Amino acid sequence: MVPLNWYIILSAIIFLIGVAGFLTRRNVFIMLMSIELMLNAVNISLVAFSHYLQDMRGQIFVIFIITVAAAEAAIGLAIIVSLFRNKQKMHADEIAEMRG
Amino acid sequence: MNIPFPDLTPVIPEIILTVFASIFLIIEIFTERKSVLGYLSILAAGVGLYVLPMSQGETFGGMFISDSFSTYFKVIFLINVILTVLISLKYLRKENTEHGEYYSLILFSTVGMMLMASAKDMIVLYLGLELMALSTYILAGFKRQDIKSNEAAIKYFLLGAFSSALLLFGISLLYGMTATTDIYQIAAFLKKSGTTPVLMVSMVLIIVAFSFKIAAAPFHMWAPDVYEGAPTSVTAFMSVGPKAAGFAVIGRVFFEAFGSVQADWTVILIGICILTMAVGNIVALVQTNIKRMLAYSSIAHAGYALLGIIVGTPAGMEAVKVYLLIYAFMNIGAFAIVILLDKGEEISDYAGLAKSHPLVAAIMLVFMFSLTGIPPTAGFIGKFNLFAIAVNADYTWLVVVAVIFSAISAYYYLRVVMNMYMKTSTGDASITISPSLGIALFVTVAAMFAIGIFPSLVIP
Repeated sequence: MVPLNWYIILSAIIFLIGVAGFLTRRNVFIMLMSIELMLNAVNISLVAFSHYLQDMRGQIFVIFIITVAAAEAAIGLAIIVSLFRNKQKMHADEIAEMRG
Repeated sequence: MNIPFPDLTPVIPEIILTVFASIFLIIEIFTERKSVLGYLSILAAGVGLYVLPMSQGETFGGMFISDSFSTYFKVIFLINVILTVLISLKYLRKENTEHGEYYSLILFSTVGMMLMASAKDMIVLYLGLELMALSTYILAGFKRQDIKSNEAAIKYFLLGAFSSALLLFGISLLYGMTATTDIYQIAAFLKKSGTTPVLMVSMVLIIVAFSFKIAAAPFHMWAPDVYEGAPTSVTAFMSVGPKAAGFAVIGRVFFEAFGSVQADWTVILIGICILTMAVGNIVALVQTNIKRMLAYSSIAHAGYALLGIIVGTPAGMEAVKVYLLIYAFMNIGAFAIVILLDKGEEISDYAGLAKSHPLVAAIMLVFMFSLTGIPPTAGFIGKFNLFAIAVNADYTWLVVVAVIFSAISAYYYLRVVMNMYMKTSTGDASITISPSLGIALFVTVAAMFAIGIFPSLVIP
């Protein structure tokens, strides 16, 4: 049996990779993927907790998170497409019409 | 297995708004006059307001609660819908972005806020938050052809999604520790366990996530760009709604779930509060775009409202609710004037307005006075009430800081007034009035004076 700690450490590492990716990479797609990584790290920890606590709420929560993440990705990509139509740029530093 | 059908009475307002929002998507196909949907959404919000007092109680196995706390916030959200739609009707026509989905998204976003205010369980809270946020991301990018609007949407989306991921990690740690997602069971658990390092980590993550939502410094950096780029009517909508929803959730989660470890989160919030007031008020001084200036002002107002949370008593929360209600009226009123002017996005556009349109200038004056907090306007009552409660709770030094920043804020609000009354017009400031915009202005100005002169209307 794999101890709970391992799952939590795995989840924390993936979450931090996501945070680091979001903060350091400037490509909008990579930033979006980093957010997905963070959400899935949360899913791992919730499922692990749910299994070890013998409580279903964690798994129910995960189903909801997966659904919302799908909707979020759809909206994010739609926004990126409409941005790309007006301006052929994918780099977050170049998307800077407004500054202050 | 026998699953009883849940009692739907407490969720009737949400159901009504959802039904309306879904029907809009169908009517949208068949009608040419999209403004019909605008009037229908006002009707939806009106019906929602009407049934609100009758739908009290708890349902869905204790995941959803409709009590006096949530009802007050729902009133703010529904007033926000009515006023936003009133100012949107003309704006969308002018910008040539009259699509029926707009009103549908406004209602869906409001349902999300109402779920947040009523959440008694972290799962419902998260779902409400995402419903609100996802709809608002689309609204921010609603002017598809406008690069600034696209940019606002992508910035709002990336930072919003990032903050909700942080919130989720905080909730998952809380779940692992307490084995429940119910806010009141979490509270019962924390009462026994006290502060632990894991609790601190999860609490910090949750505070950071909500600070993003209410645009509190140092997590405010999305707000100015998003407020400037988004369509003006949407800016008005999201400077009031999501902010109030954020405070509703902070009230529920911190007062109930983290009620027993109050000393720990108060320290963090005091830092955020002072920083928010400082950043909001000082950076607003140098803005030339009025939407951007109002964005920084809304950051500053989030700082004032945090005072009531820091006090940590039911009276403090009461003052926050009153403040947010007044803020809804005065902020949407100011945005209504921005929409009223054909060209009104730069502060210099207001030069000489008092000569060409004295009434418009006088109304703007009222809103600017109210945002500064000058009597006899409602803004004064809101601020006074908030500060008085903080002083009673022995946070005098914090109130002194808030008053100093509030005095600084007079500079940038009164600069607009100075432009209107003391400068000569550079161009021709033209206005286009529409009946709905007139109603919105009348209601907001009336609310400013009614609450300002008879504070007992909102303060029990």
